[in-house]
Amino acid sequence: MSQILGFILIVVILIFIVGFYSLIVTRNLIRILISLEILMKAVTLIIIAAGYVTKQTSLTQALIISMIIIEVVVIAVAASIVVGLFRKNGTLDSLKIKF
Amino acid sequence: MDLSSFNSDFVVFLLLLLSLIISSLCAVMIRNLLKAAIALASTSAILTIVMFILNSPWAAVFELSVCAGLITVVLISAISLTGEKPSEEIVILRKKRLQRFMILPLILVVVAALLWISWPYLSNWVPKIVSSEVTFQEALWNIRQLDILGQIIIILAGVFGIVVLFKEREVK
Amino acid sequence: MPLLFIIFPLITVLILNLSYKKIGSKAALLIGTIITLLQMLMSMTFGGFIWKGLTDTLRVNFITDFRINSYSLIVLFTIGLISFVSLIVGRSSTGKDKFNFVNLVLIILMGMNGVTMVADLFSLYVFLEITGVASFVLISLHKDKYALQGSFKYLLMSAIATVFMLTSSAIVLMFAGSLKFDIVNTYILSYNGVPFQMVIAFMLFITGLSIKAGLIPFHGWLPDAYSSAPAPVSILLAGIVTKVTGVYTLLILFTSVFGKNTMIGTVLMVLGIISILVGALAAMSQDDFKKILAYSSISQVGYIILAVGIGSPLALLGAILHFFNHASFKSLLFVNSAAVEMQTGTRKISSLGGLASRMPITGGTSIVGFLSAAGIPPLSGFWSKLIIIIAAWQAAAYSYAAVALLASILTIAYFLRLQRNVFFGHVAEGLENVTEANAGIKGVSILLAAINIVVGILFPLVFKYMQSIGWI
Repeated sequence: MSQILGFILIVVILIFIVGFYSLIVTRNLIRILISLEILMKAVTLIIIAAGYVTKQTSLTQALIISMIIIEVVVIAVAASIVVGLFRKNGTLDSLKIKF
Repeated sequence: MDLSSFNSDFVVFLLLLLSLIISSLCAVMIRNLLKAAIALASTSAILTIVMFILNSPWAAVFELSVCAGLITVVLISAISLTGEKPSEEIVILRKKRLQRFMILPLILVVVAALLWISWPYLSNWVPKIVSSEVTFQEALWNIRQLDILGQIIIILAGVFGIVVLFKEREVK
Repeated sequence: MPLLFIIFPLITVLILNLSYKKIGSKAALLIGTIITLLQMLMSMTFGGFIWKGLTDTLRVNFITDFRINSYSLIVLFTIGLISFVSLIVGRSSTGKDKFNFVNLVLIILMGMNGVTMVADLFSLYVFLEITGVASFVLISLHKDKYALQGSFKYLLMSAIATVFMLTSSAIVLMFAGSLKFDIVNTYILSYNGVPFQMVIAFMLFITGLSIKAGLIPFHGWLPDAYSSAPAPVSILLAGIVTKVTGVYTLLILFTSVFGKNTMIGTVLMVLGIISILVGALAAMSQDDFKKILAYSSISQVGYIILAVGIGSPLALLGAILHFFNHASFKSLLFVNSAAVEMQTGTRKISSLGGLASRMPITGGTSIVGFLSAAGIPPLSGFWSKLIIIIAAWQAAAYSYAAVALLASILTIAYFLRLQRNVFFGHVAEGLENVTEANAGIKGVSILLAAINIVVGILFPLVFKYMQSIGWI
């Protein structure tokens, strides 16, 4: 059992690195949204792994369902803000929008 | 699937995890935004299969329909509403971007090697096994009722958000 | 029944939106203020008639695992008070978006009440996200360029904080077997020291909460979000949202979930001291009225985190009192900035001057707010800072106490600069026709100034009163 947990934890750490690196380095606002999504996938995987090893899959499935709904609402609001920013500035480059 | 020993099921599972990393890498490194959104959807699909294997079917179905479906639609509509860059800029940015992102797979391989080597020293990771006979329906609708109330409220907040952010007003 | 704090605003939002006849925005605002006043009343009369009336019906049908202790009642009262102030200021400054503004304030009220009352790590996450989504939308209510930027920055940092907090919850779930506060607490106390994995989990959680509270070095989103938001939204954000979602949650976790641990306490004290100093130093060179207030908020939140880090009962009392006092004086200062911005159209202090003769009530109440923030007796800010410094002295953290005391001088310095440039001196050109703000804003600033003065002068009596109604 701990073998599986070990592999899943290594994969989770790697996906975190992908998400955070892309979040810091990218300049396109929509790619920032994609990086946030990837971070959320990593969190989903670690919660599911936690449920699998403690044999509480029903609890973690309920948690994942709530988390997915909240994530959808946040991404929808974030996409609306990005569209609003594009309409006001004409560009999606984060350096040009004077952050 | 039987995951307790090194048999072919285990190898398939490891390949699935590896393809999860590769497809998330594609979602981040591909230049074209539409293709990146498609790569994100495929990451969700692979995660769904992983969740099925780990005994979480309900969450897997939800993840497939919502993340691989709804979020991809939201992202693609945001991408279509925000237009394209003029072409001279794209060529200049392409080279700089390649330099910045090329280093990512190297970082991943290095970190994976470090973790693999030092894993036996770090693993006093003994989780607590709680054998609960709670079925999923009972867990969602009885135990986590407060979360359901929270979900209703956040959907209301999201609706107001979309109304506020998208309503165009006549500029006098 | 604690669930009523969430049910009343929810029913109001549903009635406002689904009613047969369209409810006008003025009526909606009136209903909103009634709900906030009701919240203030309910939190003061714990166990009274509103509580007992609906209890039996609700308990049969819904499972409610809320926990309320005396500190939560103070926080709930503060939430009600500051939302009331924000709605009154929004009456005159939001214009066409008033209906959406009232609904969003009710939603953020539900979110914050939920954060104050939960007993479970994942429900905490759900209500934190509710507060977050509502505040992103509130910041970008008028959809101007800077507000959208500020809102996006806040969204980004809040999402990163969420990722940290959820990872920490997953690690806790793996080891403690459940996410409820009392079960996790029992698990941690059953060890002799603190297990290594729990330390990692708690560090991740503190990082997430520090991003939400705006502590240095995670404060990048705070000045832009506070200064570019519309005036009533800044009052909400600075007065309660950042403090409830960041600081109060940290207090609850530190005292009743993860337990007092000297290493983590020291980390919190260091974060607090750094925030006090850097916030005060950064506030001295800003040109925008609201940015000065934003950096000052970072500095004052540092005091509360310093008190939480010390951890003794006296320090926790000082933390809660400073929570309430900071809400009242910072909201007063933001109301003044709203009045100045509405009447003169600018927030740059270099182009303002001499407004005390034109706007006497705004000038007078801002002096009360600034003296309370700097900790001058006999105003209320003095008492809570005194309690925190005494608690630091008693815990043998002498250097921290000395630095906190010296930071009061920095606070006086930057507020004096603000007062001189905005209210004293000659009337700047173009500002001769400026009149006083309207009645609602005048009334609210007098109310908040009165709260500061009364709580300060009558502090021993207020302390006895709070003991009698069970708040302390």
